[in-house]
Amino acid sequence: MYMFKYVSKRLGLMLFTFFIIFTMCFVLIKLLPIPTNALPGTDPEIVMKTLEGRGWITNIREGENGVWYYDRVPILIQFGTYIKRILTQGDFGIVTTYGEYLNMNIWQVFVSHLPPTILINIYSTLIGVPIGLGLGILAALKKNKWQDQVINIFIILLISVPSIVLALMIQYVFCFKLGWFPLTMSTSNEYFTWEVFRSMLPAVFALCLGSIAHYARYTRAELSEVLTGEFMLLARTKGLTRGQAIYRHAMRNSMVVIFPSILSEFISVLSGSLIIEKMFGINGVGGLYLNSITFQDYDFFMLLSGFYTLVSLTAGIVIDISYGFIDPRIRMGAK
Amino acid sequence: MDNINNIPAEKFRFSQRNDLYHDSKFETKPVSYFQGAFRRFRKNKGAVVGGVVIAVLVLFAILAPFFTPFTPAYYDMVYAYVTPKTNLFANSSIDFWDGCRNKETNKIGYLKDLALALETGREVIKDGEYTVSEDGSTYSYRYDTYYGVGFGKYKIISPEEFNDIQRYQNETGRQVLYPVVKVADRPTLEKNKYDANIYYKVENPNVATLRPKLDANGEIIPNYWKYEAGDTNSLIAEYNSLRIEGENGIEEDGKQYFYAYGRRVDGGIEVRAEYYEYYIYQHNEVKKDGIEEPLFLFGTTQTGKDIFACLAYGARFSFIFATVVAIANFIVGVIWGSISGYFGGKIDLFMERFAEILGAIPTIIVITLLKYHMGTASQVLVLFIAFFLTGWIGMAGRTRMQFYRFKNQEYVLAARTLGARDVRIMFKHIFPNGLGTIVTSFALVIPGMIYSETSFTYLGIINLEAGNTTSVGTLIAAGQQSIMANAGYVALFPCMFLVLMMLSFNLFGNGLRDAFNPSLRGTED
Repeated sequence: MYMFKYVSKRLGLMLFTFFIIFTMCFVLIKLLPIPTNALPGTDPEIVMKTLEGRGWITNIREGENGVWYYDRVPILIQFGTYIKRILTQGDFGIVTTYGEYLNMNIWQVFVSHLPPTILINIYSTLIGVPIGLGLGILAALKKNKWQDQVINIFIILLISVPSIVLALMIQYVFCFKLGWFPLTMSTSNEYFTWEVFRSMLPAVFALCLGSIAHYARYTRAELSEVLTGEFMLLARTKGLTRGQAIYRHAMRNSMVVIFPSILSEFISVLSGSLIIEKMFGINGVGGLYLNSITFQDYDFFMLLSGFYTLVSLTAGIVIDISYGFIDPRIRMGAK
Repeated sequence: MDNINNIPAEKFRFSQRNDLYHDSKFETKPVSYFQGAFRRFRKNKGAVVGGVVIAVLVLFAILAPFFTPFTPAYYDMVYAYVTPKTNLFANSSIDFWDGCRNKETNKIGYLKDLALALETGREVIKDGEYTVSEDGSTYSYRYDTYYGVGFGKYKIISPEEFNDIQRYQNETGRQVLYPVVKVADRPTLEKNKYDANIYYKVENPNVATLRPKLDANGEIIPNYWKYEAGDTNSLIAEYNSLRIEGENGIEEDGKQYFYAYGRRVDGGIEVRAEYYEYYIYQHNEVKKDGIEEPLFLFGTTQTGKDIFACLAYGARFSFIFATVVAIANFIVGVIWGSISGYFGGKIDLFMERFAEILGAIPTIIVITLLKYHMGTASQVLVLFIAFFLTGWIGMAGRTRMQFYRFKNQEYVLAARTLGARDVRIMFKHIFPNGLGTIVTSFALVIPGMIYSETSFTYLGIINLEAGNTTSVGTLIAAGQQSIMANAGYVALFPCMFLVLMMLSFNLFGNGLRDAFNPSLRGTED
């Protein structure tokens, strides 16, 4: 019961935060001038009618010299229409200025760009987390020996060298100088062919280096702290071998802290990294986001901003809640 | 013994009259908190090195813009992708930092470079040394990217400039103008027609890839437009300056010939100006902008911008910007955090929720919305507001933690009992104790700020080029585009700057943290 209350409180707070940010975003967007200037080749009347149909403007009338006049709908009413359409029809609007996808359904364009982003992040998580954990465990078990020092230097370097530089180095060395991989990711939709997988690899590699360093550092710190605990001494005194004691007692205890962050990493695979996506030309959500900003496609920007905010909020709350579920001390203490 | 409470005073006496126990005075000097921190900091070699590197980078950022005549606004498309060069190595035989790059080409490419070298007397091919592959198809040598530009395209200049260049040539003895080729003798294809580097005879002027025609000795045959002395051609501009054929022209079949150095066309005179000399002439005589010769310490980008100047200005902007934002964040964060931490309760809850919601907005959304609303007028202001809007939250959180830690300690209670006011307790009693941790986070915040600024400029969301400065991120983006052109050095220097800065700030910040808070030592790494 306590857990239920805790979870619902956290969830409620999260939704509240999300709602505020989303509303603020919407209002600030709607305060901007409406982009009514038609793209070359489109009829201004159609543009006006579309805007009216979306519920953004009303009472359109044509003046002289093809100038159109209109009244703006109050922002609150616009917001109501917007939310209603999302909830009842799942309709986030259509693309208005982003040339490549003009007049397409925003939600469909968005969904079609999710797979590359998700795949790259899943691959990198699948590679990065085990290696990071392994290195961290090794470093903690061999604390202050040469293995630990080598891993430590590796971690400090990976953390200090910004991902922008790491990715550029990977691209330069492996893609350009050695020619092992193509410079940018293939645009093909056959995501599970070897060719596409190979073109994803440099980006995956660049992404997972960061998470390797993160997990190695985290695991090392946690595990080496647990290892000095007195219950470890007790376990050995009981007659457990070192391996048994580490596996059954130390590992489980250190995982209490590490596991939630792995969980949240799996939530964050949805959003990925804008820098890596731009650098390796990945046809994913990040590219869409950057382009929607450049093209000032407001509905698109709203959807993607909401998406990114939601993902980061969810990833945060998953950590909080899973602590409660995983750690018996918190679970028991609540009863 | 029953009257133990009422022993008269005179009955007391010292047990050891001659041997009074005094507290002995400390023989060491008292060490204050900050002195101790400084001593611990000095012992940490990594942190000291980090501090020195930071100092060097800051000095570079402050001083370098004063020592280079180039600015981020400067660009010269002709000198795009010229490699880093310093006078230190330019004339040595070491193939490093000499403005050259390794070039592998076929025989035609080699002959073209050789022809250029022969005409201008410059080392287009470094030291004239080259190696040929066994089958004779590939020539490889160090190709000088500065001299290799040669003449570029035929240039049309005004008669005044033509005369001024002649005056300049006569005064300095430097050859800027070289003889032109008669239009009828030039290659015919549009692609090659205006190429001023082709001054020699070619085997077939009608094909795309021109092959120089060689004489019996394997030498290139010049194809200059020559005219007989005394012969006046209205198309040939008058020329009274340095002549590569000598003062008296050349003798052929008993007649005296001169080369034509300019061809009159609509709107001016068409000349072949060697770009290296022409550049020196332009900047020293015409623009007078302090640039003495084309010498780019870190090379140039795709658009011919000087990387050294861009990096210096970008670094200066980054440091100033990060410091200003950090100070603003520090002030607001400390005030917010101390109020929230000191008073606690409902005030704290409200302030925390507010900060939490504000902190949950991704910075990219803030920047974009600000950019939309503020137009493109001042991107620096956009960046500042965006970083300030969410940046102070971290500082507020840390200050709040420090206040929670100290606010119930005995000395604070004592101060309150003695009637100290809240503000006095907050800033006289609690704040100085938390200062160490707060200052440390200040040092750790700066590299983070520079990195996010770099990221946003890399992504192109913020572009500072309009404001006559630039950013390391913009340079890195340019560097990434240059990878395809095999110009790795474009990205090299900005990346090196970023890595050095992040690494040294991390070491420095960690050293500070350990020094100010010895009990935390090593727990986080």
